[in-house]
Amino acid sequence: MLSLIVKRLGIGLITALAVSVIIFFGTKILPGDAAQIRLGQEATEANVAALRAQMGLDQPFYMQYLSWLGNFVQGDLGVSLASDVPITDLIGDRYQNTLYVSVLTAIIGVPISLALGVLAAMFPGSLYDRVLTFVSVSLVAAPEFFTATLLVLLFVFALGIGNAVVVGSIEGKGIFELIAHFALPIATLSFVIASQLIRMSRAAVLNVMNSPYIEMAILKGVPRQRIILRHALLNAIGPIVNVVALNLAYLVTGVIVVEVYFGYPGLATLIVQGVQTRDFVLIQGLGMIFCLTYVILMLIADVAAIASNPRLRHAK
Amino acid sequence: MSSTSKHPDHYVAPFEEGVSFDELPDAPPRQGYKPTFMGWIGIIITAFWFFIAVFGSVLAPLGENDLPFPDDYAEFQSPRAGAPLGTDVEDRDVLSRIMYGAGRTIGISFAATILAYFVGVVLGIGAAVSSPRVDMVVSRINDAFLSLPTIMLGLVVVAAVGSSIPVLIGTAGLIYATVVFRLARAIGMEIMVMDYVESAKARGEGKWWIITREIWPNARMPLITDFGLRLIYVILFISSLSFLGLGVQPPQADWGSMVRENLGALQYGESIVPVLAPAIAIATLTVSINLIVDDVSAHGGGKLAKRM
Repeated sequence: MLSLIVKRLGIGLITALAVSVIIFFGTKILPGDAAQIRLGQEATEANVAALRAQMGLDQPFYMQYLSWLGNFVQGDLGVSLASDVPITDLIGDRYQNTLYVSVLTAIIGVPISLALGVLAAMFPGSLYDRVLTFVSVSLVAAPEFFTATLLVLLFVFALGIGNAVVVGSIEGKGIFELIAHFALPIATLSFVIASQLIRMSRAAVLNVMNSPYIEMAILKGVPRQRIILRHALLNAIGPIVNVVALNLAYLVTGVIVVEVYFGYPGLATLIVQGVQTRDFVLIQGLGMIFCLTYVILMLIADVAAIASNPRLRHAK
Repeated sequence: MSSTSKHPDHYVAPFEEGVSFDELPDAPPRQGYKPTFMGWIGIIITAFWFFIAVFGSVLAPLGENDLPFPDDYAEFQSPRAGAPLGTDVEDRDVLSRIMYGAGRTIGISFAATILAYFVGVVLGIGAAVSSPRVDMVVSRINDAFLSLPTIMLGLVVVAAVGSSIPVLIGTAGLIYATVVFRLARAIGMEIMVMDYVESAKARGEGKWWIITREIWPNARMPLITDFGLRLIYVILFISSLSFLGLGVQPPQADWGSMVRENLGALQYGESIVPVLAPAIAIATLTVSINLIVDDVSAHGGGKLAKRM
């Protein structure tokens, strides 16, 4: 098993390098360069050339890439083209803000969805199961901003709780203000991952239910509830952990739309601004952060799948 | 299972029901498809939106940038006679903009999905019949792109070359070609080891004969089912980019950018119809396509497509 995991880690590292190549050269193919953008149209050629040399833009592409990658690994993301401020300063609190929303979604959304999914698997074909399946099938295909709009309608307009726009910092806020602050972004993201998790955890449990040892338990006369909780659930944990990691990776994408929807001051709104102002240094740095998070979560999903499957664990 | 976007899982029969012989993996794909009730609902709504996509700009009461009440300028007017869905942030008719936007949202997504299929299927089936070395190189490159979140790839491309309709079609098409590639390759691989392909090879048939006469007829059904699923993701992708202000550019109407333009209505507590209407339009379209896909896959065939 260890060799398999080491192999996966190796593949993950190669993937991360490939990702950095795609991001770096993807933002390099455009005409014009960073020095020109930073100095503006009126700059003299001598000044641009001097800045190019200072920024290392006169070096060959692969040298630029290597020095960029070296700086990134050491936590230096470069200087923003649009505002002349180091990227790390721009990120500031935003990193925490995005982390709060994602982690709170994971803590609140994941257990509720898993419980709902397993419950549906305990009573397949019941009214509860059919309603839940219908709702999750509908939500899985709906865009995030549709879910967000429905939630705003329900909470802000109908019930008068929560904020349609999330502004300000969380410091010095009371518990109720904090709930109003985070409620809608977290609720939206939870709904988005819930629709997936419910369907997949239900399918994972039902999948195990089709195996011969469960048939044996049924023939022995073990009650159904007990079969699910004692026999099936333990073997469904592997696939479920895998699904959870996949969906947390999906949060990386979902969080972009949701942050913009609520005007939430996180990393996603920053990268969207970066694209609008064509601030490539910002896009490269933040793009790497998002993509690496994604790659790491995928890796966890892979390793979880290996660790939970005895056939893979003891592979020769 | 693909990891780049959200996928509904494959249907798993409750264990009491038993497995019918049609569901066994070697059963030939069934051709005749009779929709169930939910299938019909999906077909009717999808057909309605495709009709609007084609004829919307002709049928729309006003132009997409016309003001229904030029003498009475106010943003976010509530629905009333002359503007059944009210007016938007620039006092334009929401209904007309939705009808114009349908053509753009659906047209771009449809073109991108066709492009994704063309590139993905050609390369995927090609990789399946090629030598293992060629297959490995193409697959590894594909995996590198698959390991990026789709929206992030979209952001990088839009930042580099700007946003226009051809760029959107090309970007979405190539991004989703990676998923189609994996699916087409997996289906092709599965068919390549079948006895009938072995016997065709033993007879001395060429690669082209095997692709067109053995692989394609058997790969067709799962690929067609997956087309619907992929179309949903492309619609969501294009709408999300437009929602972020990086897709279809104003003043052109598009469902995703309409939601963005009118978000202010929620913040100032004005008429919410301009935000709700385009969001509902996208949701009804994608959910109804999903109903059709579910219905077709439950019917048989396309199981592999749902699993990927």
